[in-house]
Amino acid sequence: MTKFDTRIDFYPTNEHQGIKYRRGRVLPFGSTLVPNGVNFSIYSSAATSCTLVLFRKNGATPFAEIPLPDEFRVGNVYAIIVFGLDYENIEYGYRMDGPYDPQNGHRFNKDIILSDPYAKAIGGRDVWRDVTNLDRLYPFRSRLVFDDFDWEEDNPLETPMEDLIIYEIHVRGFTAHQSSGVRHRGTFAAIREKIPYLLDLGINCIELMPIYEFDEYEHSRENPETAELLVNYWGYSTLNFFAPKAGYAATGKYGMAVDELKTLVKELHRNGIEVILDVVFNHTAEGDHRGPTISFKGVDNKTYYMLTPDGYYFNFSGTGNTLNCNHPVVRSMVLDCLRYWASEYHIDGFRFDLASILGRAQDGSPLNNPPLLESLAYDPILAKCKLIAEAWDAGGLYQVGAFPAYGRWAEWNGKYRDTIRKFLKGEKNTVGQLSQCMQGSPEMYICRDTTAGINFITCHDGFTLYDLFAYNSKHNEANGENNQDGNDDNDSWNCGCEGETDDAGVNFLRNKQIKNALAILMLSQGVPMILMGDEMGRTQYGNNNTYCHDNELNWLDWALIEKNSDLFAFARHIINFRRQHPVLRNKEHYRNRDYKNSGYADITFHGTKAWYADWSETNTVFAFMLDGHHAKNGFVQDNTIYVAINMYWDALDFDLPQLSENRKWHVAINTAMAHPDSFYPHNEEPVLNDQHSFIVGARSVVVLVGK
Amino acid sequence: MSFSVKTEIYEKYTELILEGALDSSTAPLFSEEVKKIIPQNPDTLVLNVEKLDFMSSAGLRVLIFAKQKLGTTATLFLVRPQEQLVETLKMTGLIFSVNIVDNYPE
Repeated sequence: MTKFDTRIDFYPTNEHQGIKYRRGRVLPFGSTLVPNGVNFSIYSSAATSCTLVLFRKNGATPFAEIPLPDEFRVGNVYAIIVFGLDYENIEYGYRMDGPYDPQNGHRFNKDIILSDPYAKAIGGRDVWRDVTNLDRLYPFRSRLVFDDFDWEEDNPLETPMEDLIIYEIHVRGFTAHQSSGVRHRGTFAAIREKIPYLLDLGINCIELMPIYEFDEYEHSRENPETAELLVNYWGYSTLNFFAPKAGYAATGKYGMAVDELKTLVKELHRNGIEVILDVVFNHTAEGDHRGPTISFKGVDNKTYYMLTPDGYYFNFSGTGNTLNCNHPVVRSMVLDCLRYWASEYHIDGFRFDLASILGRAQDGSPLNNPPLLESLAYDPILAKCKLIAEAWDAGGLYQVGAFPAYGRWAEWNGKYRDTIRKFLKGEKNTVGQLSQCMQGSPEMYICRDTTAGINFITCHDGFTLYDLFAYNSKHNEANGENNQDGNDDNDSWNCGCEGETDDAGVNFLRNKQIKNALAILMLSQGVPMILMGDEMGRTQYGNNNTYCHDNELNWLDWALIEKNSDLFAFARHIINFRRQHPVLRNKEHYRNRDYKNSGYADITFHGTKAWYADWSETNTVFAFMLDGHHAKNGFVQDNTIYVAINMYWDALDFDLPQLSENRKWHVAINTAMAHPDSFYPHNEEPVLNDQHSFIVGARSVVVLVGK
Repeated sequence: MSFSVKTEIYEKYTELILEGALDSSTAPLFSEEVKKIIPQNPDTLVLNVEKLDFMSSAGLRVLIFAKQKLGTTATLFLVRPQEQLVETLKMTGLIFSVNIVDNYPE
């Protein structure tokens, strides 16, 4: 007998169908291993009864159904401890009975077995695209997990946000292609094999597109032109918020996805790389009134969803339903969920999809002081986590620069994306905005610092960086929606030819524009994010909405490193250039003055004439200098850096500001030059013969280092 | 499926010889043997798995338990594990917690 046998809850008090049980504990919610048994706890504001349904793993039918006695209920919470279960081999669910009265928000149906909203693992799709369980009873089943992972000394890294370089990854797409050369393609384990690549590239933070369990066959259909099956590939449709997608684990079929993901986080941390999860609290996979009942809809529809006065589903997400995030009970669930990922998986941060929904009231109206966003901002367990909002939704809210931040939330800076794209196209009247963007958008984030904005030019939504300069319009025919889906305002420019071409001039310009984009991104204050594959010229052939393609259109082709070797070398260099120069990574905004008595203000603006920036409408050149004495807001010494950006169609002569203290200008980067002269390795930058002026080529970026 | 575990205690190490199939029904036997050994604080625990045909995640959890109970100064050896077991250890990352050898002592 173990020492727990003196506890009263070690012993059952009831028995039903051969299963022994007793009253459970209301907290924590979900399923928890306790001495000698499993504690199950679930809440519902309107259920009239609750039955725990037990299956053997992959069993066709339940082996037991235990109605929870009403005396086990505390308030709206049903809790039970069940003894004698084989933890590795059981699956469980619930039947909730109650009113079926959709007009008043109730959709109870005791014939449906429901998944536990708090389940920590889901069984049924243990392998990606497995079709075995498609038609079985209760296809996605709650399972138990163990908390015996050995983290050793691991902890979230707490890397200063201004030092992050974020790389957006789709777990499957990152290594699914044969060229990846990994052992278990498309999995968490495979990402571990690519850690050396990430380190070489200079990445210190990966952002994983949704890894919560989702159904890749949801809304699947045949492409009418090719008959290929289009699937829910991106995964923005959650079945369950606490379970990692089993099909993303090489050990999914052994039920060890939890261990595999934790090992990935541990290994990434060991190599100095943070992990941010893309989380999707704005809607679930249950769709609207026509959609399936899998979990929330049958457990407590009125609580979990924003409903119209006559019981239909508000659709601010564009997917059918909207999670009722500011209902106090749902707020708790979201908080419990994030605390769980932060503490049990050591996750460093979260990016919230369509985050403006999290600021809507239960009737859908925008809130001035959304309790959920406030709770998350001030929560003690999440206190060191990065919180990043995609500060808009599909219902008309656009809150970039105005997201309820409580001094904590960062935003995907959509204005940065739009400005840089317009400037790179050569559009007029963009230099002023460009200047703001490259300074970390101080006018937009006036009471914040540079880390309020995530700077990006591309992400999974929209064109890849290569396609941004290869296509004027989207080409989404392969999505089977008559090219009606996807964004039409791409601010892209095809450099003279739509799509693939042999024209050397067009290809040279495209290559240069990609380098210009990467350079501007890495030279900006704020937190940069790049899309996986942009460093090697990944193309989606003009498709700017590849959400449904589980094929080469989305899978990263690692052979591109060789094919576009000069671009890759440049990308690697410019990322590492940012890492090497703290003057590019201030936390506080520039003060536009010399507070270190160096003789130079922290930032000064120039044009083709030194000390004179041209802000006029027709101007397409911009230059600035960052004084090395003011690096990291004056706490660190660095070289002085001068950046000249010329988006004019011809080369221009730039007068250079003069350096003091016998320092000289060295050329570090020049995107006008062909490889290998577009950059020079760290500490090997050649000194300029002419210290007074420099010819910057047409549509190119030059970076000089003063030392 | 059948399973057996035999313990041999030597001066410098303790060896467990596992044979057959280790799954959730037989894992408790393995777990009991491990729990008997732990109080003796062995520096080295050797698991001879040459004749172990199969280890499910239940068996792996006992391995995790054993490694954690042994502590950071002790070493865990696996003698001649089958390829599938090595693969699973690699996929989950548990491979870092064990030493795989052809013989012990080497």
